[in-house]
Amino acid sequence: MNAPGNEPVDIETAIPIPMAMLAELTHRCPLKCPYCSNPLELTRRSAELSAEEWVEVFRQAAALGVLHVHLSGGEPASRKDLGEITTGAVEAGLYTNLITSGVGLTEANFADLAARGLDHVQLSVQGVDAEAADRIGGFRGGFDTKMRVADWVAREGIPLTINAVMHRQNLDRLPETIELAVKLGARRLEVANTQYHGWADLNRAALMPTPEQAKRASEVVAETRERLKGTLVIDYVPPDHFAKYPKPCMGGWSRVGLCVKPEGKVLPCHAAETITTLEFQNVRDVPLEEIWKKGPAFTAYRGTHWMQEPCNSCERKTKDWGGCRCQAFAWTGDAAATDPVCTLSPEHARMRAAAETDSAAHADEFVYRTIGGADRARAKEPAS
Amino acid sequence: MTALADSDIPFLPRGVRLRHCDVRKAWFLLAPERAVKLDPVGAHVLQALDGERDFAAVVGHLAAQFDAPQDRIATDAGAFLTEMRNRRMVEVRS
Repeated sequence: MNAPGNEPVDIETAIPIPMAMLAELTHRCPLKCPYCSNPLELTRRSAELSAEEWVEVFRQAAALGVLHVHLSGGEPASRKDLGEITTGAVEAGLYTNLITSGVGLTEANFADLAARGLDHVQLSVQGVDAEAADRIGGFRGGFDTKMRVADWVAREGIPLTINAVMHRQNLDRLPETIELAVKLGARRLEVANTQYHGWADLNRAALMPTPEQAKRASEVVAETRERLKGTLVIDYVPPDHFAKYPKPCMGGWSRVGLCVKPEGKVLPCHAAETITTLEFQNVRDVPLEEIWKKGPAFTAYRGTHWMQEPCNSCERKTKDWGGCRCQAFAWTGDAAATDPVCTLSPEHARMRAAAETDSAAHADEFVYRTIGGADRARAKEPAS
Repeated sequence: MTALADSDIPFLPRGVRLRHCDVRKAWFLLAPERAVKLDPVGAHVLQALDGERDFAAVVGHLAAQFDAPQDRIATDAGAFLTEMRNRRMVEVRS
């Protein structure tokens, strides 16, 4: 009665219908998390799509078959027209999820978003107390604000997910992170180990967990899932550098979701711009449907036609889709290579050794995410 | 989770919505990070939840709609709603 749509289709000829769209409404954000998923070159406010343009994108997305929209950033509450944007998403028929740090929301404007039909809130927490969280987020007072926002979400009866990005400097406090999520009334908790692109890659030596931490975290998640069944659902993204096989990144390239950047550029995943060989189109110039179906960045790695060995003859090829294209490009210079997380990749040993070196680094200082921050950090590095 | 009593009122909580997808030509139940594709029976059962009908009235409504025996509807709809409750996509008040 409720099996998700898994009808057999020819993956080389059928163009899948997307389920979800990540809408990066802005790159403005009061926080400075050193693992931010935004690119090193942040989009400026003057280049952002207007609320009217976003509403048109939502209509096109719904017509394409998108069911969920994630209003994200940067911090989406940095936009004064977030209410209008939310209404546009709701009226397009999309299930509307706000991904927020909480900073910038007020009780009154949150009540307004709730009245406009917001369906779900994902609230990030950087740490389990003000001292730890505000140091990682680079914003004093952030933790206390989040605690208030969680209360407003609960009062509106909107389901709450807590997003916790984990790394070496907070992974040992995973049990307390889980307790915090329960205390805040969350029904879901995303325990997402850092993905090492962009800002996080710049901060690898300060963030990479140890193999022991990775192992312990998986045990804690397994124990807690059993203990909190019916209270809290935990979605777990393990630290993939210490895994055997890669994650099925994005559920497969251009199969399930897409991402629209603040200026309207459309990407198969939010980090895809790190693949400098790809060419991206903008919804200001090309209809979303055409980009999804025929765009060069979308067709490049859709399906399996692009795969090399060891992926091409691997029985897991349609399970993990060769892993993460961005990670493959970062490590090998070829985005069609096997994700080096995979133990079958010829690059695996090099990547694993680098991860172990990073995890043993006694360097806890961050390069914070700020406009121009990446350039300043690079300028300070000794020439090698 | 125990079976629904006749007087239980099943409903879709805030953050769970039914939506027809014209592209896929199917009904979906949408929840945080989840989209459950419904077959026509599942869609009719959830459409019958108006927040006021109790389970007995839901069964009566469906039996009349489909001209089907009450006990079979009660068994099928009850099993389906219990499964949705376990996934926290349907809630119940009494």
